[in-house]
Amino acid sequence: MGSPPSLVARPGAGQVELTAEGSWTVAHARSLDGLIDETVQRMPPGQPVSVDMHRITTLDTYGAWLIERLVRARENLPGGVRLEGLPERYKSLFDQIQRADRAPPVPAPSRFSISGKLEQLGRATVGFGNELLAFASMLGALVLSLGRVIANPRSFRLTSTVHHLDRVGWKAVPIMLLITFLIGCIIAQQGFFHFRKFGADAYVVDMVGILVLREIGVLIVAIMMAGRSGSAYTAELGSMKMREEIDALRTMGRDPVDVLILPRILALVIALPILTFLGSMAALYGGGVVAYFYGGMSPDIYIERLREAVSLTHFEVGMIKAPFMALVIGVVACAQGLAVKGSAESLGLETTASVVKSIFLVIVLDGLFAVFFAAVDM
Amino acid sequence: MIEKPVIDVRDLVVAFGSRAVLNGVTFDVRKGEVFGFVGGSGSGKSVLLRTIIGLLPRRSGSIEVLGERLDTATDEARRQIERRWGVLFQQGALFSSLTALQNVQFPMVEYLDLPQRLMDEMAAAKLDMVGLRRADHNKMPSELSGGMTKRVALARSLALDPELVFLDEPTSGLDPIAAGDFDALIRTLQQTLGLTVFMITHDLESLKTICDRVGALADGKVVATGSIQTMLQNDHPWVQEYFRGRRATSLFSPANPAHAGITPPGA
Repeated sequence: MGSPPSLVARPGAGQVELTAEGSWTVAHARSLDGLIDETVQRMPPGQPVSVDMHRITTLDTYGAWLIERLVRARENLPGGVRLEGLPERYKSLFDQIQRADRAPPVPAPSRFSISGKLEQLGRATVGFGNELLAFASMLGALVLSLGRVIANPRSFRLTSTVHHLDRVGWKAVPIMLLITFLIGCIIAQQGFFHFRKFGADAYVVDMVGILVLREIGVLIVAIMMAGRSGSAYTAELGSMKMREEIDALRTMGRDPVDVLILPRILALVIALPILTFLGSMAALYGGGVVAYFYGGMSPDIYIERLREAVSLTHFEVGMIKAPFMALVIGVVACAQGLAVKGSAESLGLETTASVVKSIFLVIVLDGLFAVFFAAVDM
Repeated sequence: MIEKPVIDVRDLVVAFGSRAVLNGVTFDVRKGEVFGFVGGSGSGKSVLLRTIIGLLPRRSGSIEVLGERLDTATDEARRQIERRWGVLFQQGALFSSLTALQNVQFPMVEYLDLPQRLMDEMAAAKLDMVGLRRADHNKMPSELSGGMTKRVALARSLALDPELVFLDEPTSGLDPIAAGDFDALIRTLQQTLGLTVFMITHDLESLKTICDRVGALADGKVVATGSIQTMLQNDHPWVQEYFRGRRATSLFSPANPAHAGITPPGA
């Protein structure tokens, strides 16, 4: 560490003589910073200053810079600062520092001014437009790719599609069954708890059946899918983009949409209806279990009531929505993955955005379908 | 008086599973020199570097850095040592969520209690010293080119004015002009700041222009250390091949004596 540094001022005849001593290093940088600022303020303007440095024991870039700061503070005053007795071994270090930091610093853009806020708003608006564009162009690229595959079925990547089907479909079955089963249980329990007050126990089965088949089954499975598989797609494609794998693919004459995106989205579109079906069945089973243990309704009656309450239409409404939701999740996830830029932070941001956006769009889509089915009387 | 070596490695063994990557490595690095380390791809150079700085565990042997054995040192002593060295990783390893300037400030913020103004000034000065233009100081690492990334990473490794810097292939991936500039930069900084430099490299040109001594790693051992001259005379087959191979002869041939031993500072 060395002896603590000091800077002693001695007013001489018509000039200020400063003597620097000790170790001017990073370890003492904080006290030196104060020392230099204080000295600069105390020194009378208009008098030349000399700094005697031959008693400095050690000097590093921090010490050298702080002396340089003193020099620069009085640069434009008459007399300036004269440095004396700089030990030979520190000459080149000092030269380096004197050359450094000359240009004025470039200010980092401020984000707290009104114009900054306006800029942010403008950028967000443009960004929103660009995202819509990216979504549309991904959808278009997908249709084109599908067209190419139909025209030339041999180019279809079956192995890849089956692999993704295994990941997003088969391996997702246990968790989807568990969650939809629990949701079915909860809806039935709440139904019995509240309907019992009106003596309307029997209608719980109607509620469970219609709610699960039309809405809850497909919605829960789609939301789970967005969180489980959509995020994985975004992260995979994003890190491929970061490591230039996608560019490499392009230079080899392969469209990344054909190779990476079509199999992924197709797998999702196939898997989601299947999972929706399995999920809905699990939810109805869950409702039945609660009806038996909590509602005191025998399985025979539960199934009988279900048969009366639920028509094929309700089942169809739920199933028709599933592939569209899968498409939205897949397109958002892949578009978001390709939007990843170089940094780890951007990968995180895009993955979050992918999940949030696809869940939002799934719910919006569900609303649109509700309007549509009401209009066609389903 | 003979000064204690800055890095002193004795009989170091590092193994993954049953495969010994380093098998009895012994060498030392003296104060104020640039020590270049060569070895074939996969010979364990980076493993050696990572073991010295404590990122990988060793099986046996001893490592002393700046006069301390890191494995027996207390946490506090370790932190003190880590403050006195800087590491330049092969890919730069800049923090991708911070700007170039913030990357250089990071060690200062973590280790020193300094006013923000001084840290701003020092980080800017360090970036100036490694030759990064002002306009690039506020860029994110993803916006920097390979050469600029290495410069920022060097500035960050020098942020706390270390006594010792570890450089892992500092010139790999740079064009010859940039690599030459980088060599000159390392040399200048080494001389002005009195650094000790431990450098892993594949670049024959850097070995020739800036290294005071060279160590060669083959078969898990250091098979030769010394100046380029000594290496040329060494008769280990791998060393022969490396220093008398097709690419090396044009650089080190006797017809080109300009290289003949750069004298270390103070020698």
